Amino acid sequence: MAINEMKKTIGISTTKERFPYQKKLATWLQHGDRIWSLLLWLSGLLVVILVAWIGWRLWIESAPSRAEFGWEFISPWAKASWNPALDKFQAWPSIYGSIVTSVIAIFLAVPFSVGIAIFLAELSPPNLRAPLNYMVEMLAAIPSVVYGLWGIYVFLPLVVVPIGQSIEATLGQIPGLAIVAGGHIPVSGLSRLAAALILTIMITPTIAAVSRDVLLAIPNSQREASAALGATQWETIWKVLIPNGLSGILGAVILGFGRAIGETMAVTMVIGNTTGGGYSILKPGYTMASIIANEFAEAVDALHTSALIEIGIVLFFLTLILNAIARWLVWRVKKQVMGN
Amino acid sequence: MAQDIFSQVNLQRVYRRRRLTNKIMLGLTGLMLVLALIPLIWIIVYVLIKGGRHINLDFFIHLPQPMGTTGGGILHAIEGSLVMVVLASVFSIPPALLAAFYLTTHESTPLASAIRFSTDLLAGVPSITVGLFGYAVIVLAQKHYSALAGGVVLAIIMLPVVIRSAEEMLKLVPPDLRAGSLALGAPEWKTAIKVVLPAAAEGIITGIMLGVARATGETAPLLFTALGNDNYEIGKMIKQGIEHNQSIFDVLGRIFEQPADALPLTLWKYAQQPYPERVEQSWAVALVLMLFVLSLNILARVWIARRRSALQ
Repeated sequence: MAINEMKKTIGISTTKERFPYQKKLATWLQHGDRIWSLLLWLSGLLVVILVAWIGWRLWIESAPSRAEFGWEFISPWAKASWNPALDKFQAWPSIYGSIVTSVIAIFLAVPFSVGIAIFLAELSPPNLRAPLNYMVEMLAAIPSVVYGLWGIYVFLPLVVVPIGQSIEATLGQIPGLAIVAGGHIPVSGLSRLAAALILTIMITPTIAAVSRDVLLAIPNSQREASAALGATQWETIWKVLIPNGLSGILGAVILGFGRAIGETMAVTMVIGNTTGGGYSILKPGYTMASIIANEFAEAVDALHTSALIEIGIVLFFLTLILNAIARWLVWRVKKQVMGN
Repeated sequence: MAQDIFSQVNLQRVYRRRRLTNKIMLGLTGLMLVLALIPLIWIIVYVLIKGGRHINLDFFIHLPQPMGTTGGGILHAIEGSLVMVVLASVFSIPPALLAAFYLTTHESTPLASAIRFSTDLLAGVPSITVGLFGYAVIVLAQKHYSALAGGVVLAIIMLPVVIRSAEEMLKLVPPDLRAGSLALGAPEWKTAIKVVLPAAAEGIITGIMLGVARATGETAPLLFTALGNDNYEIGKMIKQGIEHNQSIFDVLGRIFEQPADALPLTLWKYAQQPYPERVEQSWAVALVLMLFVLSLNILARVWIARRRSALQ
């Protein structure tokens, strides 16, 4: 008793008093659960903030370039020049390069991907399905530099150059098309066409895998109903399953388009990296990703750096929009199917 | 009567045509698959043959020789990749797992939808823009390129891969386990760490493997964060640290603060050099990189498939 009195006078709390305080704290924390939920919440928030932070930071860093060039920077009609020595930067040629290579790649990849998705989802014998799925996924897993290396030394001389020459001999002779398909392809094969063809190989597994999942999500009753009406398997696929999953497949295609626009290393290695080259796909050029990869480390000038970051921002927002649309489309199909 | 016979014949012709179309189109889808797999086999076989010639022990334990001379190895790239992937794992796995826990315990709050959406967006952000972000946030602040900056950008790339697979795997854990633990009076965090996490551990590890494979193969974000460093050798840095009697933090600091090389970065640089020896070596680097990434992928996917079929 006396000890407790003494403790009070010098300001140390007694055991009797300390206990309720601790208990209160423990209850408040619910034995650590408040901290735990706070941690969960913060980690979740981190992911959300990170996307915004990337966009915001790039926006800030690109300020000098935005102030200097304004909308002219990405305008197709402005005078195209990319000259670090004169501090003149205009991004249209690289934007054009990104669009033309990705669009060609999409047009070539879609029939392949949809065919593969149909085979994997509908036709493949059960014991072949797993190995074939793995192989398609391997195609997506090969690092992009390996594609680039194989591209430079094997794919370009053996496949791209002959294709380029035959395009020149056929499409290149048609007066209207000569702008986009004319001229000689370089002996090395380094060209926009090479980038487009490599991209085709690289995005096919992405589109195929998502389309396959979309097809697999369609309930079997649809297939059975179609078969009961006397449709052949192909008619079931073409007239029932594909229309049913169309928006999901469209989502997969847009996802592949985003992948193609953002693909950097393989494209940088085969596109030839020059700001000239006109509009022909048989000529070397740049894409948005490849101009950043190729010039950023050597850019000493502040305006040059910020112009490259501005290209990065265009790339960032473009892929953001494409991905958001694609996710929404795929999500809608899955929700519809679940709803049924 | 004549009309009837005519329609019979016509029907049969239509039927035959439909069956033919069916066969042709189904055959075409198989052909598409075969055509798409040609590049896969072509790349793998070519890299194995070309790269296999240069693989020997020296290749793994030596630093590169000066340009234009033969010999030398890729020790710097192996160690650099190792350091950056370890850093990336340390930075990305804890928040990724916590976010995945959030997604499984708060299925449909606004934040959960925001996390799912951001994860998808983050997975689609081109790796080169992540590299620009790393440059702006870390390299500009530190005023030098470093393995640390490389580790951070790789962590951002790993994050969505790990979150997605961890969420999926945590969802597969039977809810009874969690309910049982909570009913026994265990707090939420103890339940998560001691009951749910071990039950999902196998699946989460496979997800991490996929993330590591993705991070190891990435080049673009490292171009202006890690930059590259032909003399990156951990052994030497540790030895110097011991000689100068430095603390372990100084040594670790030096390992993280130096610019570093990585396997894909080395491959990219070697492939574009005018020296044929370097180009030959780049095939060997491609072999090492490809085998590592592909085997991690195959292992993880087989493992996941087996686990999923065991649980369902």
